[in-house]
Amino acid sequence: MDIALIIESIQTLLGGVVLTLELTILSLLIGFVLSVPLAFMRASRSPWLSWPVLAYTYVFRGTPLLVQLFLIYYGLGQLAFVRESFLWLLFRDPFYCALLAFSLNSAAYTIEVFRGGIQSVPPGLVEAAQAIGLSPTKISLRIVFPLAFRTVLPSYANEVVGMIKASSLASTVTLLEITGLARKLVSETFAPYEVFIAAGAIYLGLTFLASRLFNLIELHLSGAPPDKARRPWLLKLRQAL
Amino acid sequence: MGGFQEQFLRGLETTVLVAAISGTLGMLVGLAGAAAKLSRFRVLRMIADAYTTIVRGVPELLVILLVYFGGTAALTALVGSYVEVSALWAGVFSLTVVFGAYATEIFRGAIQAIPRGQTEAALSIGLAPWQTWLLVILPQMARIALPALCNLWISLLKDTSLISIVGLSDIMRVAVVGAGSMRDPLTFYLAASALYLMLTSVSLLTFRLVERRMLAPLH
Repeated sequence: MDIALIIESIQTLLGGVVLTLELTILSLLIGFVLSVPLAFMRASRSPWLSWPVLAYTYVFRGTPLLVQLFLIYYGLGQLAFVRESFLWLLFRDPFYCALLAFSLNSAAYTIEVFRGGIQSVPPGLVEAAQAIGLSPTKISLRIVFPLAFRTVLPSYANEVVGMIKASSLASTVTLLEITGLARKLVSETFAPYEVFIAAGAIYLGLTFLASRLFNLIELHLSGAPPDKARRPWLLKLRQAL
Repeated sequence: MGGFQEQFLRGLETTVLVAAISGTLGMLVGLAGAAAKLSRFRVLRMIADAYTTIVRGVPELLVILLVYFGGTAALTALVGSYVEVSALWAGVFSLTVVFGAYATEIFRGAIQAIPRGQTEAALSIGLAPWQTWLLVILPQMARIALPALCNLWISLLKDTSLISIVGLSDIMRVAVVGAGSMRDPLTFYLAASALYLMLTSVSLLTFRLVERRMLAPLH
């Protein structure tokens, strides 16, 4: 094992971090926007609202992301209405194909996460909101969703980490994000250990930062007093000084 | 589909086989990992912590690439001429490592959810520590862990598709080859989706049934 080569590889692979983050963050944002209304439909008591969303989440959670990505990247071009419209400008680019696949996939998982949260909100709170005359939309967005979001934050954090890792599949449709760059580098240097370990270290850093960020958000939203919200090592450091 | 039905059937077999082997071995790794995490020895706890933290923070695809290309490089250096690792065993090894890491966390959580009194009671009626584990802790732990294991098994089934990238002839690989040679990606990838969906549905139903059986006598 060549430590110098690992460090050199990390420097090269850092060039792919921007694309990895771009794909991850955009997919998560689109997935979030899609999943909020759909989660309310999914949690609804009416089967007409709930079942179509269940069909969507069931199919997208029941098949591999790789199949979904290839279906979009290789399959969309076969459809005449895609090829003959402005959509083709978008979907002949592997970036947008990956973005579409990741967003739809992330939305499916996020819907089920949020549904659990929505169903865990005590009905008394909704009744109280109705009693003071809030409109159904306002109740959903100002009462139910914020409470639901706080409850499911740890699960949502897992979803975010999952998305960072899943973005590595973009390398299979020629995109040069971290994994794509790593595969290219391996074919040039024939040093699989060093390069893939370097890539792994970068992903580990990214996923670690993401889970730390969500821990902080969780502490912040839990309304803990500032002293308790500080991490123990910080307190210890303070006492030591 | 030009004779690809039969290939799909063989691909299905390979997918199920790889998932079943990795799942079984991964469960054993998970049990050992959970035992290490709850052990009295600090070194074991640290090793298990490092294992789960690293593996769960890195993409599955990267683990597969590392094992496949790294394994090939190691074997080649060892033998002296170019030797390629079989995609099947590289895949099984990688997915066992991944499954084991998540299973470790599931089992650890499930074991910790069992009240301490259970262990104390078992020891006080004279069971040996290994009997306590086998007869008291494990059966209760299995029930608690089952729903999470079901989810883990389903992601394992889906992750097997990643091994096709290093050449395993599973469902995904058959779809890629068929889509290329028949110039009909939509049909082939939809067929692959249907097969995967069938596998995950059957798994869900099976786990439901097992869960109901396990819960029945207690309610």
